[in-house]
Amino acid sequence: MKLIRGILKPHKLDDVKNALMEIGIIGMTVIEVKGYGRQKGHSELYRGAEYKIDFVPKVQIDVVVADDQVEIVVEKIVSSAKTGRIGDGKVFVLPVEETVRIRTGEKGIEAL
Amino acid sequence: MESFAHLTYAVDTFYFLICGALVMWMAAGFAMLEAGLVRSKNTTVILTKNVVLFAIACVMYLLIGYYIMYSSNAGGILPNFGFLIGSENAAGDILAGGESAPYYSARSDFFFQVVFVATAMSIVSGAVAERMKLWAFIIFCVILTGFIYPVEGFWTWGGGWLSAMGFSDYAGSGIVHLAGASAALSGAIFLGPRKGKYGSKGQVNAIPGANLPLATLGTFILWMGWFGFNGGSELKMSDISSANNVAQVFVNTNAAAAGGVVAALIVATMLFKKADLTMVLNGALAGLVAITAGPSAPSALGATLIGAAGGIIVVFSIIFIDKTFKIDDPVGAISVHGVVGIWGLIAVPITNPEASLGIQLAGALSIFGWVFVVSSVVWYILKLTIGIRVGEDEEYEGLDFIECGMEAYPEFTKTSK
Repeated sequence: MKLIRGILKPHKLDDVKNALMEIGIIGMTVIEVKGYGRQKGHSELYRGAEYKIDFVPKVQIDVVVADDQVEIVVEKIVSSAKTGRIGDGKVFVLPVEETVRIRTGEKGIEAL
Repeated sequence: MESFAHLTYAVDTFYFLICGALVMWMAAGFAMLEAGLVRSKNTTVILTKNVVLFAIACVMYLLIGYYIMYSSNAGGILPNFGFLIGSENAAGDILAGGESAPYYSARSDFFFQVVFVATAMSIVSGAVAERMKLWAFIIFCVILTGFIYPVEGFWTWGGGWLSAMGFSDYAGSGIVHLAGASAALSGAIFLGPRKGKYGSKGQVNAIPGANLPLATLGTFILWMGWFGFNGGSELKMSDISSANNVAQVFVNTNAAAAGGVVAALIVATMLFKKADLTMVLNGALAGLVAITAGPSAPSALGATLIGAAGGIIVVFSIIFIDKTFKIDDPVGAISVHGVVGIWGLIAVPITNPEASLGIQLAGALSIFGWVFVVSSVVWYILKLTIGIRVGEDEEYEGLDFIECGMEAYPEFTKTSK
């Protein structure tokens, strides 16, 4: 099992979610985050005083899938989240040791 | 005898001033209502628009608007042009008495009128929210408050051709609310909907407001300010008949708002199975707009029903304009002020035998036609020159940093779509 983590532009969340639902991904976790990569923040003036805004709002989406689904999920996230402009985000793939469904106690792939 | 004339003059002047101050307070109501119904990333801009439009209305109406509206020829169509607001009444003229003697301060008349212009202009702000360039809006303000509104104001309250025909609009369902909504409709059409509002398969997506407490506060502020809006439009307080009329107007204004709330609540619950607060708030305002054309003639019960009808109409109108016409109006301004404004004008002949349905409709059509057409010309020119809509990326990021350089809620993470 792998955890696929996408850092996305917030307005792309719906497109990514719909794309994943289309291929049968029925669960995900979404967190609001801030960050920066090559897309830097910017400077603003507040009543004449400068302040820097380094971090840009992003959305992080976590999906845990079976190994054989990793490639298609990553490809779906990339294609639906892409705008072509700086700040589109990244996708990370992490290994998952165990998954348990709390309600039933199922483990492993069944718990996904 | 003379001191009695001093006293009534003072009372009527005072009454105008207090009512004007109440209507000014409605600017706060609109600001809060709109701030509550847009997303947090666009809140600073809408607050800025509301403060600035009020100020521009005051300046433009002082410079040229008041002259156009009140110094044009009786029964006329083409306005006169001139500047500023003339001089104050002389004591001699006042004390001379008789039909044409002024009975309240000329300055108080200006003060009472200028706040109505601001009200009309602020209606536009909500309908074009979240995607209009700030400065395009500001330029439009200058023209609506300096020219478009004063001309139709002249036709009606200024003694022009509509008033000569018997058009009856006590406090401005048509002159203020329908006019504002007509400009708003034009703007919303030229602007197009917000990104993500309408899906490619025709679905309508909700874009919830960021702060319902503010929206509610705004509604209550408007409700209270409306007592000045309608109450002051009796234009007099200092005799028994006027005082009684004003009292009836206050009662009816309140009753209509209440009727609007209850009706909108019931309709929204029937349609959505839930008590939609934003519809309830719109219902209150719809009730207020509905009674504004004729708040003194109906009984309190009649006013409640007129307001209730407004509340029913507004819910269906909002849904219709959104789903069927696909015109994106983030706060429902076109429905609350335009559609219900027309109902308000139509309702007048029900209880006022001096008004006629035909003339009311002619007035509605004239006001709508004039404001919509001229506004469209202005929006079109603005669109061709400086552009009226922000870029796609800017719309996604939110307008606040781009136009105003600051967020409204900087301590909360800003990650909305």
